[in-house]
Amino acid sequence: MNYIEYKDLDLFSAGHVACSGCIESLSIRIIVNTIGSDAVAVVPPSCGAVICGGYPNSSVSIPAFHTTLESAAASASGVKRSLVAQGKPDTTVICLAGDGGTYDIGFQALSSAVERNEDILYICFDNEGYMNTGGQKSSSTPLQAVTGSTPAGKISPKKNLVEILAAHNIPYVATVSAAHSEDFVAKVKKAKEIRGTKVIVVLIPCLAGWGVADNAGIKVSRLAVESAVFPLYEVEDGIKYTLNHTGKTRTVDAYLAEQKRYRHLTEETVAEIQAGVDREWKRLKMKTRISQELQAAED
Amino acid sequence: MSGESTRMLLSGNHAVAWGARLARPDVIPVYPITPQTPILEKITDFHAAGEVQAEMLTPESEHSAMSACITASISGSRVFTATSSQGLLLMHELLHYAAGARAPIVMFNVNRTVASPWAFWPDQTDSLAQRDTGWVQFYSESAQESIDSVIQAFHIAETIGLPVMISHEAFYVSHAMEPVEVPSQALVDDFLPTYKATHKLDPLIGQSFGSPVDAATYNRTRREMDVAINSTYEAFEAANSTWQQLTGRGYGIIEQYRTDGADVVVVTMGSMCGTARDAVDNLRDQGQAVGLLKVRLFRPFPYRQLREALSGVPCVIVLDRNFSPGMGGILHQELKAALSGMDDMPKIHGLLAGVGGVNVVPEKIEELVKQYTDAEPNIASLWVE
Repeated sequence: MNYIEYKDLDLFSAGHVACSGCIESLSIRIIVNTIGSDAVAVVPPSCGAVICGGYPNSSVSIPAFHTTLESAAASASGVKRSLVAQGKPDTTVICLAGDGGTYDIGFQALSSAVERNEDILYICFDNEGYMNTGGQKSSSTPLQAVTGSTPAGKISPKKNLVEILAAHNIPYVATVSAAHSEDFVAKVKKAKEIRGTKVIVVLIPCLAGWGVADNAGIKVSRLAVESAVFPLYEVEDGIKYTLNHTGKTRTVDAYLAEQKRYRHLTEETVAEIQAGVDREWKRLKMKTRISQELQAAED
Repeated sequence: MSGESTRMLLSGNHAVAWGARLARPDVIPVYPITPQTPILEKITDFHAAGEVQAEMLTPESEHSAMSACITASISGSRVFTATSSQGLLLMHELLHYAAGARAPIVMFNVNRTVASPWAFWPDQTDSLAQRDTGWVQFYSESAQESIDSVIQAFHIAETIGLPVMISHEAFYVSHAMEPVEVPSQALVDDFLPTYKATHKLDPLIGQSFGSPVDAATYNRTRREMDVAINSTYEAFEAANSTWQQLTGRGYGIIEQYRTDGADVVVVTMGSMCGTARDAVDNLRDQGQAVGLLKVRLFRPFPYRQLREALSGVPCVIVLDRNFSPGMGGILHQELKAALSGMDDMPKIHGLLAGVGGVNVVPEKIEELVKQYTDAEPNIASLWVE
């Protein structure tokens, strides 16, 4: 049996109020323990804010500021600049945000923080919708997924946040999954050492919002990666693409079948989703190849 | 007096920038907007020349600027920013947040009309619309008052643990050039010690801020804010008396001009005060007992001081360069509420004068005083033609 390779510093406590079986709590545990105690967190409204806990308790041992939904990156910038002004530039400032606070209402502030290259580590817990408010669509909700505000299935595809951030020439952006914890830990460690803006998108299958069994969070994450619905990769400086998982080893069927939000799908709509995943996977592989050629040409 | 001051010819906005520079802020998040921009540009000039050492952030919006102000402040830094009009309105959500987070930010606002339609004229509706956010609010009528108020504001904010906003009006004050006594850095350093936060985001302390609370805890935070904002009076008196000793210049929470024995007192804020002073002088020359009461501190609203000052005055005429649709002049309504129940409550006329930046000359104020002195007051504010 393989254990997660990180030292648990006891910076994330039991007794938090995440839904039973939710892998966001596991993800937060990995993140805060990998970063260590010299850190400050900024948390916009999200499942993460609930998991971090209500006054006077806190499940994370590092200080956290609960900011507005659209302000995470700007708020983190303020913390970081203050620490720099106080001669403490090495303290890691992290955002623990959801996809609504990242892809949607918080995107303007995030884009500006990346443009300014603020020295922050921004974590997006991507459960593909406003799950903390009961499950409505965000711009991260994928094609055909049923949510409280897309009862017949979403008619537009998921926004590709990683590519948008890569277009900012961000120093580091990566996707991670709690089902691939060694890769997860390695990416958090790597991001921590980079100065400038880093964004890590963590896929969080929402048990209630996606209609996933309480014990299936890790399984669904793994299926998302293996079907390339959620490929694991990283982009450095907007140009260096690295695929961190061997590749697309299965079709989307098994992934979709685990989730009630896709229960209404027909053969045609499954084929439509598969075609979209295939196209994006092909594009990602081409970008990776071009990136390698560019690096070879520069060397 | 400790240290020299230098007399400079400055616009109101450049005086503000000088005030910010002398207060030595640690972090300055700021976003451009007419007619605030000269404040931003002067500070960035100072920064480029190494004369301001602060961390400067120029984010994509006033919303992000204020977000960064809040966290920089509660991380233990002295923070300054500036805005105007639409920018202030965009910050609105964060203004509540800043006060709730007890962040002693100092912000300068240049009063400008609020769209739609798009306009750039002096009008105080922008900042008055923020009156319930928990920020202390001062209104300034001159470049000298603005520089002094900015420096005093840090002292007050850091004493009471709430943010302070100072406003002066577009162009009349923001862009008009005046001789200004700029105090020396040594003097300001004497006046304003380095900021030391009692609570802050710090890994060595581990305290979190803004976590979800139950109703009773939320209620307690508001009661504590109530106590804090009402300690402004004491904090202001302390800051102002020290400032007066150091510079020879002092201010009031309210300021009265020729109100002794006045039958009519004009009450207003900001640049209208200068115009009203001329009108008062002219009317006094004509034999009419008229005075001016300038409201400098609008939040907390100094009702005790106003009740004392206006006790026994037969007639008060409020001039409002702002407009709350459905209610009228904001100062008019607040003053009526503040004086309500006095045994000798004056009759109070509320006049919407200069809304949208329409020019109000001294002769106009003289005419209004003559027109309304013996008139029965209207409950609602009246538009001045």
